[in-house]
Amino acid sequence: MGDTAAGLLQLLALLVALGVVWRPLGDWMARVYTAEGHWRGERLIYRLTGVDPDSDQRAGTYAVAVLAFSLLGIVLLYLVQRLQGVLGFDQGHGAVDPGVAFNTAISFVTNTNWQSYVPETTMGAVTQMIGLTVQNFVSAAVGMAVAVALVRGFVRSRAGGRIGNAWVDIVRGCTRILLPISVVVALVLLALGVVMSLHAGADVVGVDGRASTIALAPAASQEAIKELGTNGGGVFNANSAHPFENPNGATNWIEIFALLVIPVALTRTFGRMVGNQRQGVALLGVMATLWGAMLAIIWVAEAHASGPAAVAAGANLEGKEARFGVPSSALFANSTTATSTGAVNSMHDSYSAFGGGGTILNMLFSEMTPGGVGTGLYSILVVAIIAVFLAGLMVGRTPEYLGKKLGRREVTCAVVVVLAMPAVVLLGTGLAIALPSTGDALGNSGPHGLSEVLYAFASAANNNGSAFAGLTVTGPFFQTALGVAMLLGRFLPIVAVLALAGLLARQPRVPPSAGTLATDKPLFSVLVVGTIVLVAAITFLPALALSPIAEGLS
Amino acid sequence: MSTLREHREHTDTTDEPTPVHPVTGSALRRQGLAALRLLVVLTILLGVAYPLGIWVVSRVPGLHDQAEGSLMTADGTATGSSLIGIDPVPADPSGATDPWFHTRPSASAPDSATAGLGPADPSTSGGSNEAADSDGLVKAVGERRAAIAAREGVDPAAVPPDAVTASGSGLDPDISPAYAALQVPRVARVTGLGPDRVRALVEQATSGRTLGFLGEPTVNVSELDALVHGAAPSAR
Repeated sequence: MGDTAAGLLQLLALLVALGVVWRPLGDWMARVYTAEGHWRGERLIYRLTGVDPDSDQRAGTYAVAVLAFSLLGIVLLYLVQRLQGVLGFDQGHGAVDPGVAFNTAISFVTNTNWQSYVPETTMGAVTQMIGLTVQNFVSAAVGMAVAVALVRGFVRSRAGGRIGNAWVDIVRGCTRILLPISVVVALVLLALGVVMSLHAGADVVGVDGRASTIALAPAASQEAIKELGTNGGGVFNANSAHPFENPNGATNWIEIFALLVIPVALTRTFGRMVGNQRQGVALLGVMATLWGAMLAIIWVAEAHASGPAAVAAGANLEGKEARFGVPSSALFANSTTATSTGAVNSMHDSYSAFGGGGTILNMLFSEMTPGGVGTGLYSILVVAIIAVFLAGLMVGRTPEYLGKKLGRREVTCAVVVVLAMPAVVLLGTGLAIALPSTGDALGNSGPHGLSEVLYAFASAANNNGSAFAGLTVTGPFFQTALGVAMLLGRFLPIVAVLALAGLLARQPRVPPSAGTLATDKPLFSVLVVGTIVLVAAITFLPALALSPIAEGLS
Repeated sequence: MSTLREHREHTDTTDEPTPVHPVTGSALRRQGLAALRLLVVLTILLGVAYPLGIWVVSRVPGLHDQAEGSLMTADGTATGSSLIGIDPVPADPSGATDPWFHTRPSASAPDSATAGLGPADPSTSGGSNEAADSDGLVKAVGERRAAIAAREGVDPAAVPPDAVTASGSGLDPDISPAYAALQVPRVARVTGLGPDRVRALVEQATSGRTLGFLGEPTVNVSELDALVHGAAPSAR
């Protein structure tokens, strides 16, 4: 079988598998977030933490809970890293450097998992487990909670701005969705060869008589939630390119499936909660269209050697693993940047101009095709609001979406969400380029150098976490600036989305009239695709023209 | 332990004018305390019980060896991992009697003069991150191609792409069947095993795509060199 045929079969298998689980998983998640009863174990958690799981919070309280949980998470994760040396099980790595600890704490709590360190020589098993794995779960659970809160805003009529209970949503996301699926995925990965060791390394003497130490880590447990929670932080520096994290074609496929499955199935959850499946299908259509289009661009660009080095080598294989080749690398790269995962099974910095540009563009679409767990759903709902608003302007009607009127305040919240990321990316990139020290940090020069900086800020502000890793980000400027970019990129939209949810939950739900735009039809999907592309084009075309486009055309 | 109680009833059903519900200092303190407690409880569940549970399962015979890195052993000592490629170094530095199959170039190979040809450092990992338009990478590809062609005694144009490009991990254990075939004549000559025998060893170390369509067909160099070593123990 040829390379392309095998790649297409792999793609088909992925789409079929996602199609099969879309309905049961989506329905299950809808039940999780609407069920009245609590599991016995959950009751114990609520008792230990002293929260009343049956209270219904206003948007303001919900937001305070989410922010307090996240900010304290940052503090705790910082402390775990700084105290790694005295906690034991640090495999001799000692305390993590303050700059790295600051950046990493923000990075994992914001679901970014940007890594400005080499894990195998920095993070001991203790930090990997009680620090990073925990945030892999709870940052994903927070994303889902915020998305569900927004959906409740649409569903509830005259609810006085009450949008659910943040503690219950976070706990259930962990206990009923992320943990059970992670256990299954971790065991499958384990059976297929992913390592799970508490040893720092294995000493070997090769056939040539040379001694070396192979780094080991407790990878399987973290690998599962790393993909499932669209986190992306590698246990090893090479991330999912490392044979211990991703040893073969089967594990690679499972990891791609795991990072797509929740964001995709959440469209079903959404449709079920609002009582109209076709609303969810319309958004799924938007996600699938842009995901498919970007896959085609990246795959074709990588399959044809372009750029002098790739032409000299005969193929675009620098930074790619032999067991994955081009098709499995392109599929992973597209899926990891279209969700907010940021795991990599090949080095995006070494991609062709248009292949690497495609991964940047995926992030500049604001991570909603299908986006991160929860973040993807709330981002695309916000763009749907903008699309409805634009359509309303064209025909001169008060826009409505899912039975809620979109007035000035609602649209203002939506615009804050949509503009937060571009503002952070463009201001951050501009500031970095203006600094003389940035020249020394670049791994490559010319247009590709600008791509590296643009990629870094796009990745941070979208909480993706992958990198054009040639850029040296360990200096104080990038550690701080990217940390701030991650914070703003995560919490500005969350606060605005929760405010929006509260505004919507206060309104009565109005029945559709003859003038209501049908948002459950393919035409609406086209309108949303157009809005996503247009917003990205208007904000980022000048920057893209100077980086990947200039490189590709030169 | 105090219980965090909030408004249970949906009493507030007006939508205009906007009611303002300021979050008070004591509410902030209660939420903060709840957040802290929940983080601790979830750390025990997700950061201790979950990974240790998976680790305990990984101790089961059949999973244990994979969980510890798929190590290959000979005479009781670990000779490497079948998942980790560390390029073997021939005893004769001139390479005239080089009996080994070689891995792809690695970004962590020590000697930059060899453009990434040489043993990787398995205590770390990563790629070169050189761009496709990088002059440095163009030069490195040319040097790798020339060095490999000289080593194998072939036309530089015959060297396949995976042989002249560094992997993403720097620890890629696999090469393409084409690159393995290119090395067969030299290994057969130096070890005295003969081309048929060496081709059979290559066959043993070759895997197709998983299920016929996942991944790429590859030859595992770590396993192959162990087989060569077993067949010709004196070759170094």
